[in-house]
Amino acid sequence: MIDKTIDRSLRWLDDRLGIAKGGRTFLDKIFPDHWSFMLGEIALYSFVVLLATGVFVSLYYIPSAHEIVYHGSYIPLRGQRVSEAYASSVGLSFDVKSGLLMRQAHHWAANIFLGSIAVHMARVFFTGAFRKPREFNWIVGVSMLILGIVNGFLGYSLPDDLVSGTGIRIAYSIIESIPLVGSYLGTFLFGGNYPGNGIIIPRFYILHVLIVPLLIIGLLAAHLGLLVKQKHTQFGGKGKTEHNVVGTPMFPTFIAKTTGFLFMTTAVLFLLGGLAQINPIWQFGQYQPYQISYAVQPDWYMGWLDGALRIMPSWEWVGWGHTIALEVFLPAVIFPGLIFNIFIVWPFIESRHTKDLAYHNLLDRPRDRPLRTAVGVAMLTLLFMVFFASSDDVLANFFQVPLVAVLWFFRIAVVIAPVIAAVVAYKICNEMRAAEGVGKRKRPQIVTRSSTGEYSTTDAEPRPGDGVEELDAIPVPTYIDLVPPELATGVGVRRVMR
Amino acid sequence: MSDDAPRLEGPLPPAALDDPHLQPYAKHPERAQAVAAVAMVVGFLGFIGFGVAYWVGDSAQWEAVTLGGGLLALGFGVTAWGKYLMPQGPFEEERHEFHSTEAEREAMTAAVTERGGMVLRRRKLLGGLFALGSTAMGIVLLFPLLRSLGPKPGNTLFETNWTKNSQLVTVDGRPIHVDDLAVGGVLTVFPRGYTGSSQDQVILIRLAQLGPLDPPLVINPPGRTDWGVQGYVAYSKMCTHLGCPVGLYQEQTQQLVCPCHQSIFNVLSGAIPEFGPAPRPLPQLPLTADSAGNLRSQSGFNQAVGPGFWERP
Repeated sequence: MIDKTIDRSLRWLDDRLGIAKGGRTFLDKIFPDHWSFMLGEIALYSFVVLLATGVFVSLYYIPSAHEIVYHGSYIPLRGQRVSEAYASSVGLSFDVKSGLLMRQAHHWAANIFLGSIAVHMARVFFTGAFRKPREFNWIVGVSMLILGIVNGFLGYSLPDDLVSGTGIRIAYSIIESIPLVGSYLGTFLFGGNYPGNGIIIPRFYILHVLIVPLLIIGLLAAHLGLLVKQKHTQFGGKGKTEHNVVGTPMFPTFIAKTTGFLFMTTAVLFLLGGLAQINPIWQFGQYQPYQISYAVQPDWYMGWLDGALRIMPSWEWVGWGHTIALEVFLPAVIFPGLIFNIFIVWPFIESRHTKDLAYHNLLDRPRDRPLRTAVGVAMLTLLFMVFFASSDDVLANFFQVPLVAVLWFFRIAVVIAPVIAAVVAYKICNEMRAAEGVGKRKRPQIVTRSSTGEYSTTDAEPRPGDGVEELDAIPVPTYIDLVPPELATGVGVRRVMR
Repeated sequence: MSDDAPRLEGPLPPAALDDPHLQPYAKHPERAQAVAAVAMVVGFLGFIGFGVAYWVGDSAQWEAVTLGGGLLALGFGVTAWGKYLMPQGPFEEERHEFHSTEAEREAMTAAVTERGGMVLRRRKLLGGLFALGSTAMGIVLLFPLLRSLGPKPGNTLFETNWTKNSQLVTVDGRPIHVDDLAVGGVLTVFPRGYTGSSQDQVILIRLAQLGPLDPPLVINPPGRTDWGVQGYVAYSKMCTHLGCPVGLYQEQTQQLVCPCHQSIFNVLSGAIPEFGPAPRPLPQLPLTADSAGNLRSQSGFNQAVGPGFWERP
């Protein structure tokens, strides 16, 4: 009965949209299995949570610098003059049911969105998944990373609390540092010299809730569309070639697993949102341009930029009646620009270096590409070093060492550590390649002691579940025969006695 | 998707129900089913719990535990169903190279170069004019996009509201008497009428003594020896690095520290930057006391305050 209804509905749709052919292919789409392929899914599902919780918080947030007297339920703030943006953010946290949960889940989702993108990107890099024909998707991904960082900054700037206001102040000064046009860009964007005429909050708001998300959604559609068109990469192994994809089909196996994963990712974000406090703006208070607190730090994904600003020597260039604030412009504009450009052109640098123009659907093991791995490790080390440098004051306090020493440590480490890390990574890769049987899946070893006291080891029997690995891959069958097995015939049909 | 078309010409061969590719991954499917079922029940209860927590309580913690717990359990159940009980294959699909045949590529190139080239070569004038018009359009459309956003900087980056004889007031607008601050005390001050202004913020310090019997320290750089009064010195509170308020005064070392990027300024010698990324001293505000003993400025700043910018000489 239900089958007939489904058949009728699909025919109705196919008459009008022609969905049967493509739809069937889509349901048969094969997803190779590897834990590292879930990193991108975390990013995707965090983004889903970002959109959902973002819609919720946008219903209560008021993007206005207009000053009002706070009358909400948070007693320490009562009677204070605050901006509507700040009052509505605090109100969202305390006077809207589930508001605190949604706001904090939104913030956590942003942090995990960018974290999973970073790790996903590292996976793609170290396994060479960016190679031909996937260079476009690599660039689309890097673009989403950049937009994600930008939108994260815009988002945590909106509540107009003391910490976020400090961030906006720094952003203004970074814009101001651009030679020739910086002063103009700053006053244009802010409606006057800092803090401007209050227009920056509605401007950040529309960028944060509409313009940047639209760009991200467009790129995300391209990212997934390219992934379907070009199909997944896979690690080598039994029956896996450059010309096939081996795994489980979209329907029903993958869809079940990934739906569960969506739920579990969302679960973690909401658990964090309700149990792990993040950005307690009511403790920071309303932003005032003359106030500041100790240990001012941005969200983690801005840390590497903040760290670069901290360790930069004070090289201001003055001459011919002009000033170039190199101590700001180099670390805050040139440095990230350089890093992102290296990311974007890397696939082309590598293919030029290796003179490799072939299609690549099988992934590399990082150890098999020592040079690429070394470069990636050097880049990660550099970024980690500037990231940790953004906590130099906290580190100095924690380890009870002079701030000056911490700063000099990072100034030197930023140069030296990537080189050391690259050399070590390169050597480890070569060592691993030389070792026999490395990377092979190992069966458990059974150690037996004989009656004479001798020990010997044997491979354990394969577990029944592991047996799946031993089968030859077949195309996804259209029909599943309910006839007795001995009557079923056809290519790819194998009968085993169970 | 259409690139897969050849595979779908006809129905694929059927598979037998007991084909090993269709078998669950679980060794004991009944147990896996039981675990998934329990998880889904827990998930259901979690969502019911969230409903209750929402109506009854007002606790983000309970909402998180119930909603998050429900999502986690239901998600686990579905994942377990997919991983342990659904057909595991391995299944495969062919990849098809996406590039077109050589003939198709040539045809495409020809369409662009020959058809397009034909019209362009024949009508160079029109092509050029269209390019000219489009470029002009692109440039003039930038005007409203950028120029309408806000005013030109003009002199605003150079000016503050400090002038000759401005009265120093606290953020509440209270004037400051020379006796107000204890030695070693600091206060953020503004010119009267401009309290809270970013550009005008000034940090007022009454310099500490080295010992209880020593005179207050005032070591101004040459030419500024009379810029302080009774141990008071005043500097722009805007960091010359990125404009954060230089709010940390370390009395023992006589240093001002910017909490944003840890630039350190020496208070005793004209707030020159001793360490960190700040390139310039904090501009100093010359102080005096009027007949009533209230602090006033001798003049405004002799330079632009805050971070560097292109027009700064």
